[in-house]
Amino acid sequence: MLNYDIVIVGGGPAGLAAAISAKKHGVERILVLERDKELGGILNQCIHNGFGLHTFKEELTGPEYAGRFIDQLLEAKIEYKLNTMVLHISKDKIITAMNREEGILEIQAKAVILAMGCRERSRGALNIPGYRPAGIYSAGTAQRLVNMEGYLPGREVVILGSGDIGLIMARRMTLEGAKVKVVAELLPYSGGLKRNIVQCLNDFDIPLKLSHTVVDIKGKERVEGVTLAQVDENRRPIPGTEEFYSCDTLLLSCGLIPENELSRELGIEMSPVTSGPLVNESLETNIEGVFACGNVLHVHDLVDFVSQEAEAAGKHAAEYVLEGEKAVGREISIIATDGVRYTVPKTINPVRMEEEHVIRFRVGDVYKNCYVSVYFGTERIIHRKRPIVAPGEMEQVVLKKAQLLEYDSIDTITVKLEME
Amino acid sequence: MYDVVIIGAGVSGSATARELSRYKLNICVVEKEEDVCCGTSKANSAIVHAGFDAANGSLMAKLNVEGNQMMEQLSKELDFPFQKNGSLVVCLNEADRPNLEALHERGIKNGVKELRIIERDELKALEPNIADEAVAALYAPTGGIVCPFGMNIAFAENAAVNGVAFRFDTEVTGFEKNEDNWVVKTTKGDFETRYVVNAAGVYADVFHNMVSDKKIHITPRRGDYCLLDRTTGGFVSHTIFQLPGKFGKGVLVTPTVHGNTLVGPTAIDIDDKEGVNTTQEGIDELIAKAGTTVKGLPIRQVITSFAGLRAHEDGHEFLIGELEDAKGFIDCAGIESPGLTSAPAVGKMVAGIIRDLTDAKEKEDFIATRKGILNPKTLSKEAYAALIKEKPEYANVICRCETITEGEIIDAIRRPLGAKSLDGVKRRTRAGMGRCQSGFCSPRTIEILARERGVDPSEITKSGGNSKIIVGTNKDRL
Repeated sequence: MLNYDIVIVGGGPAGLAAAISAKKHGVERILVLERDKELGGILNQCIHNGFGLHTFKEELTGPEYAGRFIDQLLEAKIEYKLNTMVLHISKDKIITAMNREEGILEIQAKAVILAMGCRERSRGALNIPGYRPAGIYSAGTAQRLVNMEGYLPGREVVILGSGDIGLIMARRMTLEGAKVKVVAELLPYSGGLKRNIVQCLNDFDIPLKLSHTVVDIKGKERVEGVTLAQVDENRRPIPGTEEFYSCDTLLLSCGLIPENELSRELGIEMSPVTSGPLVNESLETNIEGVFACGNVLHVHDLVDFVSQEAEAAGKHAAEYVLEGEKAVGREISIIATDGVRYTVPKTINPVRMEEEHVIRFRVGDVYKNCYVSVYFGTERIIHRKRPIVAPGEMEQVVLKKAQLLEYDSIDTITVKLEME
Repeated sequence: MYDVVIIGAGVSGSATARELSRYKLNICVVEKEEDVCCGTSKANSAIVHAGFDAANGSLMAKLNVEGNQMMEQLSKELDFPFQKNGSLVVCLNEADRPNLEALHERGIKNGVKELRIIERDELKALEPNIADEAVAALYAPTGGIVCPFGMNIAFAENAAVNGVAFRFDTEVTGFEKNEDNWVVKTTKGDFETRYVVNAAGVYADVFHNMVSDKKIHITPRRGDYCLLDRTTGGFVSHTIFQLPGKFGKGVLVTPTVHGNTLVGPTAIDIDDKEGVNTTQEGIDELIAKAGTTVKGLPIRQVITSFAGLRAHEDGHEFLIGELEDAKGFIDCAGIESPGLTSAPAVGKMVAGIIRDLTDAKEKEDFIATRKGILNPKTLSKEAYAALIKEKPEYANVICRCETITEGEIIDAIRRPLGAKSLDGVKRRTRAGMGRCQSGFCSPRTIEILARERGVDPSEITKSGGNSKIIVGTNKDRL
């Protein structure tokens, strides 16, 4: 049995930042377990720029952004294992993992940080009818083929879903010589960042059809075309609006799902909204000493925020290892309602929290000229005007410790949208 | 010159090939697809039926019960996944009870053992998620579930090891009858043979009608299915059918041998013998009906939907035998549900017919058993560690959702009739069959397939033919 203070599952942006932060906060024996052949996670296939504007105040590509963290990790002499798959985590924090060189490993940790990232929603999970030929890829799979292996998965492309990876791949496939005919989006708004719609679709004259979906896939061996139809307000296809697009490829960018199979086995309480663990202000799950950060916790738009979150998780895990669980104060639940779908964290302890704490959340629809409001008990504390909020862009509010401590009798904090 | 040419490497053709490979005969299986198990055999309910459904006295009933009885032993000999989980036909309305009793009687007459009607309390104890409306059920402890790919591939591999030749990508186009032989014309040339076995699934009528004046007709009857994530495993433990009645015919809800939950099928008659497309209506119908026999079905956990075609013959009966007006041509037609269950008995019957016609002698060196692909998850920790030491590729996880290693994928490619495509690997190992539906593992599986087969990755297909995954390289046409 190997022994470490902190074991981090995943060597992507979240795992890297968490490891570096834990080391900075005084923990020596840290191990990062990565299933792929190199550190960096999904960033390695994100060769476009736009990463790091918040963290480094410059525009980096995905591999460059990852590289900065990998350098820090190496400099801090933090141990890591590549090509290592974690198979199981037990409640007493014994991690079972496997790789070619060492076979099956058992590792006892004092704290665990979950940083496994997310996966893409597949065609099957979307119930798209039609044939099942070659030529249907999740946008991320196509991205890996193109950006890491140099292969073109298709020449005439229709993209379903306007998530960021889909938008980025519309541009990438165009640059590599494919023709992207259309991007269809089921919802009446895009799930991607505004800047990606401008830079990846508008700049290349690729049409975006909102409130449209794929209702049929033609082709028995390879995709020969797809039929799009407009959908009504209940997202059901409207008969008579079908339009056939001949193409050899359908890319799907219809949402990301945190990869929490290990977490569920471990008995971690999950949020049905985010499909990620429910955590407190220290990003600690219901299992003491097990923390979560990055896309395994909730899907982020910007890697900068993943790094920030992971840094906090690393810090709290280090505190847990060095000082034990701080049994002070009490947990106040944060309620998400009236257009706010969830918050991370789900609870906050005014005594344990930092001087300021960022609460991140997403809204359920596009709202214009609304207010983000925070109530301590029944009293409105924050009332911030927002010209527009959308599900595709994560929102945040900042809570202040000093202020929260004044409300020592409240049971709940409520985050909601208000029209006035 | 062959003694026997079998058309179709589905479960019936492969079972026949395996049974015939006991004898000193020169046998060839011709298959239009790139692999075994590519038609009806790959997309069905994966049920080992007890045998109460088929009409009394029918060949279907006889072979169903026989096949069911052979399955357990065969699954050990040929090492494919099978579980005798028991089946329940659920009666949702007191008014329908006479139908349940009739089914019970039919089953007893068909020779189904241990069959009995259970009342709600016992049913509820067996299946806690059973619908509130359920009043009683026909309980068949001999019902089971099987891996349809596993069984089909096992038959074919064992036949190949025993000397049967398999010709893939070989489509039959016609026949020539000579004095004492047949010429089977194909897209890959002519095959001379003394006997022809027509195990062509939904195409069996086409070939039958080429050689016989007594025409038969097979309708492709499409069934749509939804497969749910393994996290739903245990939602039901028995195979749950709905008794046809006030609430319609219903769809079945069953665990699979791999721990998923399967819901389906619909039944839609179509013309296209390749029409395995799902439709919005079909999936909507499934979702609407699936909740009738059970409550709280986690239908949102669907990881894929698919459709398969039943080879429905107009008389709803298995047509097995030598044709009177085409001697030496043996039909194995109309093999629809319970065809998968019956396959072992179908193979035995067809082989018996040919043995009697040829008076062939048994081989002394017939190999009756076959080892499947080693699943390291079934090993003890010590044995697994030892395996990795010897073959480190068993520690390299390729498919994360199903935890399938490079070692298993290499085994699937290198063994007899090994996998050539992504789907071939998937059906043999389950790599790509999990919740991400091959999103993560397909590029890596392509790499392994290309390396093992010594071809460029661009030549690797999803399922043969023109099902290419990669069509070129970046900027190759700019």
